Amino acid sequence: MGIVLDEYVSGGNVGCPGCGAVLGMRHVLKIMGKRTIVVMPACCWGIIAGPFPSTSLRVPLLHVPFETGAACAGGVRQALISQGKEDITVIVWAGDGGTFDIGLQALSCAAERDEDIIFVCYDNEAYMNTGIQRSSATPEAAWTTTTPEGEGRFKKDIFEIVRAHRPSYVASAVVTHATDFQMKFEKAKDKKGFRFIHLLSACPAGWRISSDDSIEVVRLAVESGSFPLMETDEEGEVRLTYYPEKLIPVTEYLGLQGRFKQISGTQLSGIQEFVEKRMRKLGYTEEEGMRRNRVGDERAFK
Amino acid sequence: MSKDMMTGSDAVALGVKLAKPDLIFAYPITPQTHIVETLSEIAPSWGGRFINVESEFSAIASCLGAVSAGSRAFTATSSHGLLLMHEVLHWFVGARMPLVMVNANRAIGSPWNIWADQSDSLAQRDTGWLQIYCETCQEALDTVIQGYYISEKLLLPVMVMIDGFIISHTMEEVEVHEPQKVDAFLPPYAPQFKLDVDDPRSFGNAALPDDYYRMRKAIQRTFTSGFEVFRDCHNLFEDVFGTRYDLMEAYLCDDAETIFLVAGALTGTTRVAVDMMREKGMKVGLIKLRVFRPFPKHALQKVIAGHQDVIVLNRAVSYGAQGTLTQELRSAFYNVDDNPDIYDVIISLGGKEVFPEILMGVCEGIKADPAFKDEMIWV
Repeated sequence: MGIVLDEYVSGGNVGCPGCGAVLGMRHVLKIMGKRTIVVMPACCWGIIAGPFPSTSLRVPLLHVPFETGAACAGGVRQALISQGKEDITVIVWAGDGGTFDIGLQALSCAAERDEDIIFVCYDNEAYMNTGIQRSSATPEAAWTTTTPEGEGRFKKDIFEIVRAHRPSYVASAVVTHATDFQMKFEKAKDKKGFRFIHLLSACPAGWRISSDDSIEVVRLAVESGSFPLMETDEEGEVRLTYYPEKLIPVTEYLGLQGRFKQISGTQLSGIQEFVEKRMRKLGYTEEEGMRRNRVGDERAFK
Repeated sequence: MSKDMMTGSDAVALGVKLAKPDLIFAYPITPQTHIVETLSEIAPSWGGRFINVESEFSAIASCLGAVSAGSRAFTATSSHGLLLMHEVLHWFVGARMPLVMVNANRAIGSPWNIWADQSDSLAQRDTGWLQIYCETCQEALDTVIQGYYISEKLLLPVMVMIDGFIISHTMEEVEVHEPQKVDAFLPPYAPQFKLDVDDPRSFGNAALPDDYYRMRKAIQRTFTSGFEVFRDCHNLFEDVFGTRYDLMEAYLCDDAETIFLVAGALTGTTRVAVDMMREKGMKVGLIKLRVFRPFPKHALQKVIAGHQDVIVLNRAVSYGAQGTLTQELRSAFYNVDDNPDIYDVIISLGGKEVFPEILMGVCEGIKADPAFKDEMIWV
């Protein structure tokens, strides 16, 4: 299926210029279509959806308290089951706070109960809506307003946490790798049970980048191996779905962002080492990257 | 019509069965557990489903999702569970979503204590939930059914209180209503707005100050006009089932010099105490406060006259101030010319036993020394 012309996110919304989360929602809803209900805990999108009485979504939207995303969505799904409505997709659309931190209990337990919902975390790696405070999704060395010297700990591995629940589908995705993105959301839509997609989403204000660079920076995250595109299902085997032709140095990804300005040489080499090790563990080799990119992106998705 | 012996918990479960919610989301907590155990067994009998979630927080949040999508739902909790729900309790009211929740009143730690105490529900006083306190197992059953009627008319959630153990675990004779009578009383839940892909709407979008203020004002307006819905509910309930309920009940108050005001299961003990005192020639009466929110100020002003003393029996304290019920009653008589002396008695917390003799002692004590009216009286 190609990208459809229907739009479910209206123009004139109050997203910041270059916001990755608006682009993410736009393309997720193009794939999910009209028969979709969005459940939204507190996050940037809580504002982007527009102040009463306006709304920027053309599908039903339920705003819910911060930590309740997965539980409320489970309630919506159970009601649809009671009413015999079987063809509706229920999505939780949560930021990293509502996923990694305050939303984790509800997320874990909805996954454990195998609630028939798609939980999408658009991860901009800090509490951006409240003014760039660190979350457990904030990567090592990143500046935020509560980590003025840079984050000291590494980013929590949400993919592995969710995978441990053995849900029907877990994937990571980015809008810049559109084929991969499209295939993953289509796959998620076709499956039943609990599904989770981790969407890296640039925040120009919080990442200290020009709004012009919000596409480029996410592309670099993938091409440097900092954000591997991968998927798994209830079997639990993790597959890399996109092989960069050649891993570019992480410094190109980090260097574009003002939030890593104060990174030390030791931190940088530590991160580089971690990224390479993880990519190797996922089965990445430069030979494989070269080979796959010769025959085209779509072949990589196998 | 048939009668059966059952605990308050089973009476609640039977009330839920007759109201037929699509979904029950719950998390077990003493002393509410028998309600959810019974419901998990009987839910399939009316096509309902019981879903055991991982916390009270997710129980109430799942209810929010289900009701927003157009289904009738139910949950029950107690004490710490109710406190954990607090944020979503507020959210329910702002979202104008109907729900019935039973709270088995229990004390709050620390220290741990599982016995009857109304601190849990009275601490939710300002959330905007309607609150009804029950005296008997029968009343618990009937109030669950009435709760849905009221909640779905007013688009506000209803909390039904039964005292932990005293009602929840005690067996009484209960009239089992015929399902068709309940159907005649309670129409199916048919909300005007719900999450609907064929009529997409957003629920809960941020409201700017003027809109927010207007919506909050509408909640208060609903509380004010809510008394009419209570009256309709009580009239219809009497027509269909033959039992009369009201916002409050006045027992032997007309000629009483002293009136006890009490909510919940303690009403039963106080009735016995009042009868005992009457036998001794003491002119005492009793007001059972059934509906706490909306607070029936005018009804209370009508029953209580200025020459009477009122002894308020509290099972919750607003520390540093007064018993919670005392505060409410004193406020109801502020700016009233002919107002009574109101005595603030903290009678029982954490399940501390109350015997009729203790109540008689309290009554004699305040008669002997009216200076008690300026004090918080710990028995």
